Amino acid sequence: MDTEILARIQFAFTIAFHYIYPPLSIGIGLIMVIMEGLYLKTGNKAYEILTRFWLKIFAITFGIGVATGIIMEFEFGTNWAVYSKYVGDIFGSALAAEGLFAFGLESTFLGILIFGWNRVSPKVHFISTVGVFLGSMFSAVWIVVANSWQQTPAGYHIVGEGLSARAEVTDFWAMIFNPSSVDRIIHTWQGAFLAGAFLVLSVHAYYIRKGRYIEISKKAFKIALVVATIISLTQLVSGHSSADGVAKNQPAKLAAMEGHYEKSSPADLYLFGWVDNENQKVTGLSVPGGLSFLVHQDFEAPITGLNAFPKEDRPGQVNAVFQFYHIMIAIGLFLIALTLYASFLWWKGKLFDKKWLMWIFSFSVILPQIANQVGWFTAEIGRQPWIVYGHLRTSQGFSQEVSSNQIMFSLVLFAVVYSLLLVLFLYSLNKKIKHGPYDEAENPLEII
Amino acid sequence: METFLGIDYPTLWYLVVGLLFSGYAILEGFDYGAGAWHLFLRKDLSRRIAINAIGPIWDANQVWLIIGGGALFAGFPVMYATMLSAMYIPFMLFLMLLVLRSAAIKFRSAEEMLWWRKTWDIIYFASNTLIAFLLGVVLGNVLQGFDIGPGFTYEGGIFFSFLNPYAIMVGFTTLSLFMTQGAIFLLLKTEGRLYARITFLLKKGMIFFIISFSITSLYTLIFIPGVTDNFKETPEFFILPILAFLAVANVPRLVSKKKYLYALIFSSLTMAFLLMLVAFQLYPVLLPSTIHPEHSVTIYNAASSQKSLGIMLTIVLIGSPLLAGYFIFLYKTFYGKVKLDDTSY
Repeated sequence: MDTEILARIQFAFTIAFHYIYPPLSIGIGLIMVIMEGLYLKTGNKAYEILTRFWLKIFAITFGIGVATGIIMEFEFGTNWAVYSKYVGDIFGSALAAEGLFAFGLESTFLGILIFGWNRVSPKVHFISTVGVFLGSMFSAVWIVVANSWQQTPAGYHIVGEGLSARAEVTDFWAMIFNPSSVDRIIHTWQGAFLAGAFLVLSVHAYYIRKGRYIEISKKAFKIALVVATIISLTQLVSGHSSADGVAKNQPAKLAAMEGHYEKSSPADLYLFGWVDNENQKVTGLSVPGGLSFLVHQDFEAPITGLNAFPKEDRPGQVNAVFQFYHIMIAIGLFLIALTLYASFLWWKGKLFDKKWLMWIFSFSVILPQIANQVGWFTAEIGRQPWIVYGHLRTSQGFSQEVSSNQIMFSLVLFAVVYSLLLVLFLYSLNKKIKHGPYDEAENPLEII
Repeated sequence: METFLGIDYPTLWYLVVGLLFSGYAILEGFDYGAGAWHLFLRKDLSRRIAINAIGPIWDANQVWLIIGGGALFAGFPVMYATMLSAMYIPFMLFLMLLVLRSAAIKFRSAEEMLWWRKTWDIIYFASNTLIAFLLGVVLGNVLQGFDIGPGFTYEGGIFFSFLNPYAIMVGFTTLSLFMTQGAIFLLLKTEGRLYARITFLLKKGMIFFIISFSITSLYTLIFIPGVTDNFKETPEFFILPILAFLAVANVPRLVSKKKYLYALIFSSLTMAFLLMLVAFQLYPVLLPSTIHPEHSVTIYNAASSQKSLGIMLTIVLIGSPLLAGYFIFLYKTFYGKVKLDDTSY
């Protein structure tokens, strides 16, 4: 295989694996802040137990997130040298800010959070929890800003030509608030909140099904359900706003998301379908003119199709973009239905009566994870063939001096080490869940 | 070119990167160094205490690597890209070892089984030792220069050329320096028989350091061309090797007096002075080209734009007091001997 493909596979593999963890940390972080805040406010020991329990899970998630994140930071240089030189001037300040403001905050307070229970006062501990949570939110900001700049570059000019060309900052704030960054930061945060909230929902639904830790599980479930309901609903808003931005700034990506080929005609909105890229045909169920309506509030309005772009300037994997995008949408809609229904039962006072609902919640933990992954796949594959939209092609961005054998070597290493890491993560997660928030043998009755 | 206090921006950023790398070497120096003694500690409890000595702080210490790497990418993208792609294999190994090391810290004490703990002990020991060694190897390669052609293209060997004799020497020197640093740190964190054991190990570590340091220094002076050029031009900077030498000599003296906190400070200073020495002798070159000096990566041809450097210097000015505050709070909270409790690893 050639170097470009291998470099892309390696990057996709390492970033997708990495992206399991930080959203979980951000999401669990939010829930922990709420739980510990309630503990400080009410003094109810149940909330302290819950905080301590989720902190243990947070610690592993965060740890693996950091370990796999460091690799990302250096992989730009090892595998994408040309790209690194091209964007260094732009990403530089975002990365420096991430390290100092976000990562410095979360990593130093993490020590206090995990090991400081017996050394600092509850208030200071709570402040540390908030610090770590805010740090992880800031981290997401800078990383998404950098990625958004690749999607919709702004506040820069290009200096030099050929291999020595690069982008330089002309307007810092225009670069930070480039056309897509705000929408995408909010959308990413919300995806992260859902990942965390659904893990909490899943674990406590499991306990409720098994008849263990019922009282505290109900408390935790309700906290996470409030978060999950609000966020899945508002996710629709940020998602729509994001797609509007894509329509304006990256029309080729939008066309690929819905498999719309004709240069300029009303576009359908597919519920599901299959794209035949050869014959430029989509088979599936659609709302005629639906996409036109979403973008222009008019079923007849024309949408720029893929054929408006030369073949070498538009995404090649149209069906992949289409499918990933539609999986994300389907999951999003399902989560809205699920959380609204559960909230309705809560209002009726029957939330925990239906065992099948607890079953669904137990397994639904995987859904936000899938949605987060395929959402990014859509964003990144939809950006192709560009690594910096409209300026630098992916095929020009990789390290020219690195051979395919070297990447093969590192890819195998990654595969082995990451598999081990995943097994360890699932094993210890499972063990912590089985063990539970407190020792039932010592407290045979619910202690609250 | 814009300046601040009479110093141009690339030079200022060079100082920032140097400061971050020194911080990384000092802090992770004792983390990795403590880990490189792991198998020399015999009992399971001793090993657990040693891991918990760095338990609450290693994540924070690692921030210096992340910020240092980010600062290099940000300020000198050409250097970042050229060095990492040329040193592909050692950096990939380094990264993988970092992951394994994190896993070992988190998972080692999670199970009681003997085989489980023994396996993680070996992984932990090996990863710490090799990380320290590889950092030195990369530094050794940078000092010798790379085969860089026009347009910063790397033309050297790709698989094992990084393992040359000089690089290996610098690798061992780095390892020995970290091990000395790590043992002193562990002495501040332990008591009783474990403390006695580490006192014994520290002596071996210092001997290891002095031997490898002397050989590497001699070799550098004799075989690496141009290392004294900058000193001939600005003789005032001869203070650096003198300070480095004094700091090195002061460590055994303080150790024999059992003043370990001061010993840790002076072994940290040793690292800082040695890095300053390296930085000064290279300046303004970042990565010498062995093909022709005009292809060398320098702080000027590798730097980001003035505008970008200005923004980043502002970020550093705002951010570093915050970071310093976090660190002081963290280290104050966990000052003193290790006490194992239910939150420990």
